[in-house]
Amino acid sequence: MTAQNVAFWALAIAMGAGAIGVVRSKNIVHAALFLIVVLVGAAAQYIVLLAEFVGVTQFFIYIGAIAVLFLFGIMLTRAPMHAGNFDNDQRWPAAVVAIFLFGVLIALLVNAFGHDEIKLSDQLLRVSRTGPVADSIFRNFVVPFEVVSMLLLAALVGAVVIARRD
Amino acid sequence: MALNQYLVLSAFLFCTGVYGVLARRNGVLVLLSVELMLNAVNINLVAFAAFTKNISGQVFALFVITIAAAEVGVGLAIVLLIYRNMRSPDLDRVDQLKG
Repeated sequence: MTAQNVAFWALAIAMGAGAIGVVRSKNIVHAALFLIVVLVGAAAQYIVLLAEFVGVTQFFIYIGAIAVLFLFGIMLTRAPMHAGNFDNDQRWPAAVVAIFLFGVLIALLVNAFGHDEIKLSDQLLRVSRTGPVADSIFRNFVVPFEVVSMLLLAALVGAVVIARRD
Repeated sequence: MALNQYLVLSAFLFCTGVYGVLARRNGVLVLLSVELMLNAVNINLVAFAAFTKNISGQVFALFVITIAAAEVGVGLAIVLLIYRNMRSPDLDRVDQLKG
């Protein structure tokens, strides 16, 4: 078992436990903190996969901005800080749907990609550094990049319009 | 490393997110579950980028991160508006189209 495999399984167990915590926690602040565990685990997985720029971006945007935004949202909606019941009464049908979907996905993935291996080679390291990512964004994906900037502006204006007190 | 171990982890996170969206009542918790699903997609994209040695997967993951930031901003604004109108962030109370 390689070092990358050990890192993957350690992170995967932490992320799985964190994900269960997000959907089952009785305390809303704890759920947000469990989500941070999953996000940090995902950032570490990207670095294991040699996607350094995506990993660092995940860290800055998700943990730095989105997690704080969620904690603000929790405070602004005056959520109870103690344990409470935040589930509706369709918990069992939801569990059945999720387990069914998981089973279908596992069967599909084992069938389709059962023998494929990721080789973390020097060639992959050369391709996935920050420089080639920047080249790809500003050469092949420059129009989507500009569209995304317009979308962020629209989302900013939209959030202000929706949340403004008249 | 097997490609499948990343895909199975991602499938697990996605299904947990589906459960959370369906079973949670609080608007902020539903948005947290949506974030889980978006992250599952990102793990898939980066794993396939490493598998095919093609950088486009990583660029797509960056776009998804950006869209997720926009989605959370608008989503939390909507939850705040629901809280202000209904005096509670419970999504089950939003069951009519007129205000």
